[in-house]
Order: sequence, then structure tokens, then C-alpha cells
Amino acid sequence: MDVSVTVNGTTYARDVEPRKLLIHFLRDDLDLTGSHVGCDTGNCGACSVLVDGVLVKSCMLLAVQANGASIETVEGLSENGELTPLQQSFNEHHALQCGYCTPGMLMSATALLRENPSPSEDEIKKALQGNICRCTGYWNIVEAVKAVGK
Amino acid sequence: MTESSSTTLAPEKVEVQKGWGGQSLKRKEDKRLLQGEGVFVDDVKRHGMGYLHFVRSPYAHAHITRIDVSAAEAMEGVYGTLTGEEVAALTEPFFQISSVPGANIKDYALAVGKVRYVGEAVVAVVAETRELARDASELVEVDYEPLPALVDARQAQEPGAPVLHDDAGGNLMWSGLYSWGDVDSAFAEADRVIEIDELHFHRFNSTPLECDGALVEFNRGVEQWTIHTNNQFPGFAAIMMGPAMQVGLDKLRFVTQDIGGGFGNKITSHPQLVVCCLLARKLNRAIQWTEWRTDFHMSMSHGNERWFQETKVAVSSDGTLLGFKTKALDDAGAWLRYEPLGGVIWAQVTPGMYRWRHIELEFTQVATNKAPVSPNRGYSRMQHLWFTERIIDIVAHELGLDPVEVRKKNYIRAEDMPYETPNGCVYDSGDYARMLDLALELIGYDGLGARREQAKANGKLLGVGIGSTLDSGTNNFGQSRMINPELQFSGNNEVATVKLDIFGEIVVTLGTTPQGQGHETTAAQVVADILKCSPDDVHVRAGHDSYWNSHAGFSGTYASQFAVTGLGAVKGATEMLRDEIFKLAGAVFGGVPAEALELADGGIRIKESPDAFLPFMACGAIINANNAGLPEDLDVTLNCRYVYRPPFQVPDVEKKFGNLTLTYAAQIHVAVVEIDPETGYYEIVDYAAVDDCGKRINPQIVEGQVMGATAQAIGAAMHEIYEYDEDGNLLTPNFYDYHVPHALDMPPLATGAIESPSPFTPLGTKGMGEGGGAGIHAISAAIQDATGKTVTNSHNPYQRVWELLQ
Repeated sequence: MDVSVTVNGTTYARDVEPRKLLIHFLRDDLDLTGSHVGCDTGNCGACSVLVDGVLVKSCMLLAVQANGASIETVEGLSENGELTPLQQSFNEHHALQCGYCTPGMLMSATALLRENPSPSEDEIKKALQGNICRCTGYWNIVEAVKAVGK
Repeated sequence: MTESSSTTLAPEKVEVQKGWGGQSLKRKEDKRLLQGEGVFVDDVKRHGMGYLHFVRSPYAHAHITRIDVSAAEAMEGVYGTLTGEEVAALTEPFFQISSVPGANIKDYALAVGKVRYVGEAVVAVVAETRELARDASELVEVDYEPLPALVDARQAQEPGAPVLHDDAGGNLMWSGLYSWGDVDSAFAEADRVIEIDELHFHRFNSTPLECDGALVEFNRGVEQWTIHTNNQFPGFAAIMMGPAMQVGLDKLRFVTQDIGGGFGNKITSHPQLVVCCLLARKLNRAIQWTEWRTDFHMSMSHGNERWFQETKVAVSSDGTLLGFKTKALDDAGAWLRYEPLGGVIWAQVTPGMYRWRHIELEFTQVATNKAPVSPNRGYSRMQHLWFTERIIDIVAHELGLDPVEVRKKNYIRAEDMPYETPNGCVYDSGDYARMLDLALELIGYDGLGARREQAKANGKLLGVGIGSTLDSGTNNFGQSRMINPELQFSGNNEVATVKLDIFGEIVVTLGTTPQGQGHETTAAQVVADILKCSPDDVHVRAGHDSYWNSHAGFSGTYASQFAVTGLGAVKGATEMLRDEIFKLAGAVFGGVPAEALELADGGIRIKESPDAFLPFMACGAIINANNAGLPEDLDVTLNCRYVYRPPFQVPDVEKKFGNLTLTYAAQIHVAVVEIDPETGYYEIVDYAAVDDCGKRINPQIVEGQVMGATAQAIGAAMHEIYEYDEDGNLLTPNFYDYHVPHALDMPPLATGAIESPSPFTPLGTKGMGEGGGAGIHAISAAIQDATGKTVTNSHNPYQRVWELLQ
């Protein structure tokens, strides 16, 4: 099926198998490998992206369902290679270790901060509960998001 | 990080440090990872690559009577298949670490003739897309003749139990008796003998968020495979794969950049890598394999499940511990992929933190129809230390003593360090009593009485528990000979190269395979201190490539050793480079002796006349591109390779005695839980983790490891388990059923640190990162304290706590 999507400002038109997941479309067809796959069941959030401004797990959506949408992925966060305040805060707070969950965490935090620029600790935890991290125990991630919110 | 110790080096106090070591430098790795520009294995692609999918066994135990791949192979877009029969024809069984009977089993990369656990790989299918490979796998016909399954290790040696491996003559894989001191006298002398019928440490692992994977290419012209993979111990994979595939290790090139978590769980992917290699050759195309989450849960690296039976503890009435006897029964699962090394690794921490001298442990490992076990963060020591910590609390409980006092009475004391344990291990340094005081202070121990009363008034039960671990690091691989005296392994090693390139670039190559531990950053800190430059000037290559010749037999990232072996190699190579820069500058300045020179500002100068300055750029250019006229005898390449080798002897195999690890980082965790007695639901309301890993090169990275290990321990204690039903079906094959902690599950955490530098390592550091098991012990102890019931299982979900209270 023909699919046309705009990802981080660039429009892509591709012929896509109807059952292909959006995450595999992004990673395998568009070579945007920043978003990751950590489970088969929609639990881990490593594949989180924004579709028309809404936070989604891109393994829970077919590529064809995203036809016509505007998608934001981790690759689109920083401009000209400069880290955003959120990315810098992750670096300063040691909010990442292996970095595999990080793109999804950043997208979830981005969605939160757009809606709620000064979230409380509890609001941050709730916003990140769909993202699994096995390295950090979350404490530094929550701190990193909190620091940007202030 | 909470500060309350005189030797704690806080980030805000870094000005007291003279160099980069000891500073919480922000990580060099982060920029690429934050921008989605890391390169993980599934990001590596090749033109025309085929996606591999495994057909897996639906039975825990069955004969394979027929396999037909013709329908799958006929499907459009399918490139080919591989069966166990082909594997058996093309390869030798994997080398077995075990002595008999485990030595007799025949383990291939795919099941041959029989399946032994649900999820065992039977056939591999390769196709044009991931989806097609999965579809085609459905067309593979496999006929099975089911056999009774063995899922409880305690029944493995009973008459009539199903036997997994006929070659081994039964389910016993390995057994050994460990006995040190004079156990009989200790029991004769004891005022009390505490008996504990059975303790059970459950099966789980660390579930790295990235599953296993590989992109394997075969170069026909030179008959060499390039294996892009996230295997975290390529040295081990190579020695398993080479003999099986009957090729020299130069034919197996391992390449890694970023790895999405490992925790030991990515050590034993060699069977899957062999399948990829065989298919890359057979199909003449690159093979891409990425494990699905369910595949990982069903088949990879479960942690060792262990029972401690008929335990007897000899104690004096004042709580002095004299010794213990126990029978450890370990469930290896269906294959010995790294086992039975768990049968000796625990002995690195035989007495835990305590001074008892008389210990007897009979270790038995059996096979069952479950996924094979392999190293998991805290490998084998975690089980043993949970056991020793359980003893302390159960003894205190039985004798009516305070668990804090029993610990303090029995701790190995700071003034006894270095301390030789009953089995010849040497604890290098530490102050456990001081760590405990710090941890108790962090959770407000003095105010707990009032909180208990308050909880009681609210109908809740409050309990506090202490968990201690030793994170023994830098293995002496000679301990493997206690498992099998025929093995020719001993000591340990790691490699680094440091060079000065043409334009003065300082380039570091590591033999390690980091998975988030920040090696690029800490290595740069060590180099910068030696070359008197900024870490920003030090380029540490990301990842591992065995083509770089910067690896040795034990290279990898596992078993808490980088701060010793990896950084030891970096230090050695950098000092070699430094000495060469001095030699070169001496010659260039016309025979100036080294003692008249000094490094400064990214170059070298004459102390007395600092204007005579040779920047590193000039040094690199002279040697690499402008070397005519240099003295003939100037032995300088500015490209230095150093192999760090820790000081070990081969242990005494007969007595099972010797130093098994070089360093002993320590952790003391304290958990406060509040339980609802009506439902068993409980929350961790306070938590403290105190760590001592000697000198910390980067305290923030160390604290990150402490936090991550703590979170994994909390998950394991409360939720995570690989549970099987009686037919051998895994009940927790994904993140729905296997609950790992989320942000909302995390309790308030206070961390603290003391630094007891290791006298045995190049930088005073100790390996660390695996100490989180302490959390499991602390939660067990806290539940016991709150309920007054003896906790005999390491896994305590709400239901079990409720059952305890009935």
C-alpha cells in the first residue's frame, strides 16, 4: 500500500506491506534507527514517537495507519546537532546508561513538557510509566525531567 | 548522592582532586545516544541481507520425529533454512566446561533429535523481511513425540524422573563438596545449632531492554565471518564457536558498538551466532537476527535457581557465628551454556561479610526442562549471599537478638583487612560496620520505633531489613579448575592500546564491550591524568572490534572488572606512551634526559626552559610522517599496547583453596517496608544503598550503577520470576506477565559511599556494578521483621506475604 508520512519535517512516500508496524517502517524502510524495539507487546516504550503531536508506541500502530501523519522521532529533537535542554539535562543527571530506552524516554518527556511545562515528580513518574529502563532505576531520569520543568 | 562519610568524595568537592580521576565528568557517550545516533546491533544493515527467525519447540521435552522445511523453502521471498541435523553434520558439539557427568552431554546450536525446553530453537528460517521469515516459520512442519517433563530440580535425581541427557546417564550435571575449617568441632562447640529446612532462591534475570542479535557476513574469499553482535563476552563466544565450527579464531571477527544493556545475560548467545554463521555461508548473504522479547524470555540466560537444604548453623548464645553446613541444589535448566561455573563462582564470597571459619557446602547441579541458565548480574554470588544474609536474620530471630548487633559482632573488621577467608580468598579492603552505620543513618533508623507504632496505629506492619553483598570482581579463571581439573584456564587479562596519531590525536582502543558503564568517559579520565591533557582531547573508540588486535582471551564486559582490568590496561598503555613521548622529545631537543622534561598543556617541554615545547601534534607528526634523521636506536612508535594481568596463582584444586577474585566491593542496603496485613500488599517506604568500591574514577557513574542494581533487586524481590507450569510452559514470557519495575514502582532512595582503596589494583579501584542483590536480601529481611515470620523465599510478591501472615 502507498504510504506518505512526514517525519521530522521530511516527507517520505513508500510502498508498504499492510501488516508492517510503524516502528519497523521507521527503522527498516526509512533508516531512522533512533527509535528502538524492546518488547513485542507494547510494554516497554522504547519505540515511542509523536504522531500528529500525540505520544504513541510505534510498535502498536501499523505503518499504513500513519498515512498522512506528521511524525516526530528522537532524531528530530535537536537542531544543528545541539542538544536540547531536555537532552542536556539527561546528560547532566546521568539519566541514561546503555541509552537503549533513552529515545523513548525523551519522546515521552517531550510530550509531557509540552502539555505541562512544570510537572511535579508524581506527574513525571506517571508520564514515564509506559517506558521501561533496566539500567538507571528511573531516579535520575525523573530528576532530569524535573530540572527542565523548573 | 547523600553525604555523610569522611572519605566520601562528593561532586561539589572535586576541587580537592588534583586530576580528572574522581570527578563526575559528564559522559562522552551520551551525545550520540541522546540524539538517536548510537549504533546498536539491529541498526546494522547490509544489502540483500536475510532476516532469520527461529522455529521453537512448543514442548518442554519431546523427541523430534520428523522435520519438513519444504513448504517454507518454497515460499516466495524465503532464502533458506537450517535444521539441527545439518548443524550436527557441519559442527562439533560445543566444548563442555564440566567434568563428568555434565561433560558427556552433546550440545549443538540447534536441537538435534530431541527438544528439552519450551522455546528451544529447532529450525532457522531466513527470508527477505522479518515478517516473511515469521510467516515461513509457520510452514515448517515438526513432528514431536512428547515426553514427561522435569520442572522441579528437587525431583531430578528421584528414581523414574525423566532424564534429559541420556549421554550423562541422569540429570546430575556436576557436584562437589566444599569443606573448610573444622566444621565438626564448630558444631560440637556451639551453644546453639539453628536448623533451616529449605531456602529457595528464584529464577529471574535482568531482561536488558535490547534483546540479543547479530548481523553476520561471510567473506568467501578469505573464509572469514564478521559478526556484528551485542554479545558482551566475545572472548568466550570465540572459544565456544571456533572449535565447534572447526575454524581458527582469526576467522571469527567480532564487532560491537553500542549494546542495550547486558547484565551478564548477553554472554551465551554463541549457539545463535553459530546458526547465523552457518547460514551466512550456506546462503551466501548477510544474516540478520534480532531476538524477539518472547524469544529472550523463553530461551536466554535465566539466573540460577537454587535451593539450600538441611542448613545447620553453629552459633554461640551471644550471637557469634561459628560456621554452617548446607546442601546447595542448583537448577541449570536444559543445557550447560556457561555452567557449571555457578558451582564455584559463589565460593568467591564463601563467608559473606562474616568471620565464621568453619563452612561446609555440598553443591549439586542438575538439568531440568527449562531454559538454560547463564550469568545474571551478581552471578551465583547473589544466591549465596542471599543465603548467608538469611542465616543472619533467622539466627537473630531465633536467638532474640538484634540483627544489627549480630552483624556488627560478626563482621570482618576494617583492621583485619586484607582478610583471608576460610577458602583462601583475600578481601582487599573495606569497613562494613561503618557502611552499616551510614546506611542506618540514611533511613533514619533511630526514629523507626515511633514509625512502627504509627504504622501499627494505622493497621499496618512496618519492618526494616538489611542486605549486604560483596561484589567480587576480576575473576581468577583458575577457579574453573575446581569444576574440572582438566581445564587450562587461569588468571585474567584485558587489553588497551593508546596511540598518538599524526595530528596529535590521542586515540584509545579498549578490548571491552560496554553496555552503558561509561568506559569511554572513565578511560579518557585516566589517560588525561597521565598525559596532563583534557579528557576532551582523548578519543576513545566506541565499541569492540577483534580486528583491532586490542583484545585478549578474557576480553569483554562482565563480572565487575573494568575499573581494574580495563582501566589497568589503559593506565599501562598510556604510561608506555608517556615514556615514549619523553624519549622522543629528549632526542628532538638534542639529548635532554627525561627527568629534565615534563608534560603540560597538550605537549612536552623542558622544565627549566618552558619555551622549548613540543606539542603532541608535533610528536605525532615526527614519528608518523616526518621521521628522517631520527636516531637509529630511538625505539618509539607512539602506538602502545598493554595487557593488564592481575597477580593470581592457580588455586589448589584438591582443597578448593585460593584467591578467586582480586577485589571485593561491598554494598549494604537497608529497606523499610510497610505491609497491609489484610492483603499482603506492601510498599518500600524508605531505602538506602551504601557502596564501597574503592577509589571511584567517576562517582556519578558509580552511583548510576548502584541505582540500577538496586532497581533490579527491587524488581526481582517483589515481582520478577520465570515461573513454569507442571508441563514446562513458561508463564511469564513477556513484559505483561513478567513485571519489571516502572517509574512509579521506585521507592525514595538515599545513596551513600565510602572509599576503601584496593591495595591490589593499579588505581585503587574495585570492579563494581553487580551489588544490587543486596536489595533482595534487604526486602526478605524487612518482611521477616514486619511479619515476625521466617522468610524462606527470595521472591516475595504480595500473595506470598499474605500467605506468610495466614
